[in-house]
Amino acid sequence: MKSTSKLTDFYYKTLYPTLQKLEKDRKNLRHRIIVIGVIFTLVVGLITFALSSSIAQDPDILFFIGFAYFAIATLIYKFLIKDYTKEFKQNVIRPLIHAIDEKLTYTCDNHVSEHLFKRSDLFSEPDRMSGNDYVRGNLDSTKIEFSDLHAEKKHKDSKGKVSWSTLFRGLFIVAEFNKNFHGKTIVLPDTAQSTFGNLIGNWLQSNNFNREELVKMDDNNFEREFVVYSSDQIEARYILSHSLMKRLLIFKEKSKHPVYISFIGNHIHMAIYYDKDLFEPSIFRSLLEYRIAMEYVKTLHLAISIVDELKLNQKLWSKQ
Amino acid sequence: MSTSLIVLIVVILVLVLMYNSLVSKKNQVANIFASVDTVLKKRYDLIPNLVSTVSKYMQHEKSLFNEVTKLRSDANKPNISDEQKIALDAKVSSALGSIMVAVENYPELKANENVMHLQGTLNEVEEQISAARRAYNQAVTDYNNALEMIPTNFMASAMSYRKKEVFEIVQAQRQNVNVKELFE
Repeated sequence: MKSTSKLTDFYYKTLYPTLQKLEKDRKNLRHRIIVIGVIFTLVVGLITFALSSSIAQDPDILFFIGFAYFAIATLIYKFLIKDYTKEFKQNVIRPLIHAIDEKLTYTCDNHVSEHLFKRSDLFSEPDRMSGNDYVRGNLDSTKIEFSDLHAEKKHKDSKGKVSWSTLFRGLFIVAEFNKNFHGKTIVLPDTAQSTFGNLIGNWLQSNNFNREELVKMDDNNFEREFVVYSSDQIEARYILSHSLMKRLLIFKEKSKHPVYISFIGNHIHMAIYYDKDLFEPSIFRSLLEYRIAMEYVKTLHLAISIVDELKLNQKLWSKQ
Repeated sequence: MSTSLIVLIVVILVLVLMYNSLVSKKNQVANIFASVDTVLKKRYDLIPNLVSTVSKYMQHEKSLFNEVTKLRSDANKPNISDEQKIALDAKVSSALGSIMVAVENYPELKANENVMHLQGTLNEVEEQISAARRAYNQAVTDYNNALEMIPTNFMASAMSYRKKEVFEIVQAQRQNVNVKELFE
């Protein structure tokens, strides 16, 4: 697999003509967005002014106007950037993925299935799911798929008002695991132990009734970062060997975001919580900016590298 | 209700909780040891097959085969204690390790499909054993901690619970150096 520095080279050299063209489009688009934004704001301002006498009687109208302003502005913005986004994904993200490995397929408007998200058992059941930038393929005879994902839960208050809260937003990866297992093992970021200390944290974790049995791992650094629940004490350690624990720690360090992992049905599921939509083009910053370029390259590399980094391609005897 | 009665109830409750936690820790150790035993048996079952396959080729390592066969028959004796099983496991691990290293010196054996299959199965069983050992060690550590820590230590000595042995991880296994990785 290509290193991130080679991919950065690819981004700046091979993709340079495309980036230049896109950069021109981006500047035009930015100009258009600013002009339309100003006009729209002025129109809304005028409407508000015209309604000022009614607003004085009923201040709720102001709230309604504000809400409508943001809703319509978002819609207009999304409509305006649609073509540019599509072009960016086809001409930058797709070649970048193929540069990492040609056998990977990329679909920009699909995502990892809801079934897999539910199977992972990392978060509670979502009521709404969306996502894009779906990549799948076979690396070293190990199946892998990942995409951007946004899972939400619906809430209804006593007045019947509906609101949505985010369960997960970020990168969701599913890959075949190199060992056979039957149970369920879940690795979550350790919040209790780092907030409440070892004694109380441990007690809280062992009394988490939503999860399976707590498994204490024999790697202190791993224990500090993660908490493990499993239906089988021995199988959890069969999966999480000393070397895999080390590799997961390195992976977590590299991702710089909370990482949720589960091992179910001979697959590893990884959810990296970025709390934003990934692989989207920036409108107000140049695509040639190093930081922006590195974000695309690094995120893609991180997802695809798990096969290599976690040695998922080194299959055990019974899996060969 | 008088205060003394409340105090009495609380004391009884605490004693019951302590007693139950000790019993559950002891049972956890026993449960996991049963699984350890199963995977150890799995490995013992591989030994006759291994010996019959490779001993024809490896004339110089006769003593190793004799040792492994003897260890296997020791392990299969009825009524051996957990401590003895733990000690036998360490010996078998090192003896099998020596055989596997010796196999490397026989190119015709290394290429033998049956040996390759045995080696693969053995590696997998070793991984399962290692996981079972680690689970057992954790259960024993929890149990031993309860035996030594206040206040459960008083209850434990009243119940005449004794500390248990953990599996010592063989040094060679702990390191498990992959030569290929060293040069990368």
